[in-house]
Amino acid sequence: METLRSPIPVDLRGLNYAYGEGELRRLVLRDVTLAVQPGEIVLLTGPSGSGKTTLLTLIGALRSMQEGSARVLGEELRGASEAARVRLRRRIGFIFQNHNLLGFLTARQNVAMALEQDGTQSESARLRRAAELLGSVGLADHVDKLPAQLSGGQRQRVSVARALAADPGLVLADEPTAALDKASGQEVVKLLRNLAKSRGVPILLVTHDPRILDIADRIVAMEDGRIVDTAKEKAG
Amino acid sequence: MNDQLPPLLPWAPELATPTGGPPAAAPRRAPGFVAASLLALRLAWRQLRSEKARFASAIAGVMFACVLVFMQLGFRAALFDSAAAVIGAMRGDLFLMHPMTLASFKPEPLPRIRAYQVLALPEVERAVPVYLAQATWRNPEDGTRRAIQLIGVDTDAGVLDFPGLAPLVEQLKRADTVAFDQRSRPEFGAVARLLAERGPFPVEVGNRQVEVVGLIEIGPSFGADGNIVLSDVNFRRVVKERLVSAIDLVAIKLRPGSDVLAVQRQLAEILPGDVMVLTQAELNAHERRYWEQGTPIGFIFAFGSLMGLIVGMVIVYQILFSDIAGHLKEYATLKAMGYSNGYLGRVVLGASLILAVAGFVPGFVLSTFLYDVIGASTFLPLSMDVPRATSVFLMIFTMCAVAGLLAMRKLRDANPADMF
Repeated sequence: METLRSPIPVDLRGLNYAYGEGELRRLVLRDVTLAVQPGEIVLLTGPSGSGKTTLLTLIGALRSMQEGSARVLGEELRGASEAARVRLRRRIGFIFQNHNLLGFLTARQNVAMALEQDGTQSESARLRRAAELLGSVGLADHVDKLPAQLSGGQRQRVSVARALAADPGLVLADEPTAALDKASGQEVVKLLRNLAKSRGVPILLVTHDPRILDIADRIVAMEDGRIVDTAKEKAG
Repeated sequence: MNDQLPPLLPWAPELATPTGGPPAAAPRRAPGFVAASLLALRLAWRQLRSEKARFASAIAGVMFACVLVFMQLGFRAALFDSAAAVIGAMRGDLFLMHPMTLASFKPEPLPRIRAYQVLALPEVERAVPVYLAQATWRNPEDGTRRAIQLIGVDTDAGVLDFPGLAPLVEQLKRADTVAFDQRSRPEFGAVARLLAERGPFPVEVGNRQVEVVGLIEIGPSFGADGNIVLSDVNFRRVVKERLVSAIDLVAIKLRPGSDVLAVQRQLAEILPGDVMVLTQAELNAHERRYWEQGTPIGFIFAFGSLMGLIVGMVIVYQILFSDIAGHLKEYATLKAMGYSNGYLGRVVLGASLILAVAGFVPGFVLSTFLYDVIGASTFLPLSMDVPRATSVFLMIFTMCAVAGLLAMRKLRDANPADMF
């Protein structure tokens, strides 16, 4: 069973995670089992402290595992080395609540940063691809602007383009619309949805934003480190 | 929001693959070490360039360290060069010196008879006694007195090679004539100007009136502020207390084709223990060794250089550290995107090396300028040369690299798991 290569992009089984040591040890994830299918958009909701962010960082190979099994894009994360986790991150697109763009690089250079880890592309190919991506998120006229010269929604769209640049097998997003107005938020969500449906890339999204619940294929509610409810096929 | 969203993404199935399936992922290969290092260097450059004020202050810090080290090393070399100027101008195959002479400006006298004894060997063509002493020079303009180095030698013998001396040989044979070192400190008076105005004129050296007949070039050293060259006879007239039989150095000329080292061994055997036999190179080394090891001067300049490097390192470290601390989120984002610690380390190291180069170039230019200015006002032989520039660059490079390595530790604080 364990030796079989899982075709499921995200396959978590019996995940436990705790912060602290000894008396201060506090379980934040208890026996979490979750699978995300190709092309599926899964929303994680729940009160703060329910463990959804910790879950996201574990799936994103940003933390080392403690108990349970997690297969992400076919890689077992349990006991994976730092180098293996760094390699896996290159195949995952991250979108943060804040755009976290490099302030000293233009929008195009920021997107190209995600492509610089692939040695098969030339510099001009990287920049061309970055410009294409920015065009596809509606920023064709802003490729050479610094993040400081862009609006909040535009910045978040740059970070979406960056997350998508390296052809990720999975996109993880943490409150991507929290800092945006309704229209910008809708656009970002529409972009993500297009991606999931056209490329078969699953998206795992942590959000409190009720305005975007309708894009989800499935809503997973968490509370106190457990998955308490999964509302299936909401969007049909 | 005025931006129009195009209806389809470029990777939409309709565009990417006509058959309808998602396009296969392109093969991935991490860039090679050199390519990745160049990308890291470019990122470092873009980051440094974006904050002009910080970049400028970092360059100023490196430049400061660079100038400090150049000055210290320049002074050190100038000291050793000038200290050996008199000895370095001696021309002879072998030299006799008292073993207790530490440096030429305070020689231990040796018996003149040794100069005649070496003539016993058939290879020896000439043995020329050299008298060295300091005497008081009275400034011909304002009458103030100051100690000056006297070099007394038979000027016909050809054992001194100072620029300007050759045409003066005949004049120096006259009684009470001297040749003045025009690179002596200005406190000795504007001798060159007076000589040009009046022709040979009288001055007072060691309570005796002598005539300045010409100018030569030696340069002041830390042992002597100025020099005059005169014949051995005139030397004895000026330094009356000196016994005729007590000399300070013997320059030996050998017949052409003689084996210098063999003669040196032979002489060392024949002569008593109150002299040592040195080649020209050994004599120079002996003179330098006194200044390098017998005085704290070498240590002082080495210490000064080290301080300059440490100050520069602290400045570079501070700049790099605050750069990282101010961009922790961005660094954490890069880590989340799959950039390794090693790559980000190369970014920091790249920044430190950019600072090394950007600080060295103006530091080099400024130091060259200062060498000219200070050299002209102190009469020390300060000049920029390639070996020194190279070694200072390596020092600055190392300084920046160490600062970069120290600052790199701050990268550990950039934890991508904290980004959510």
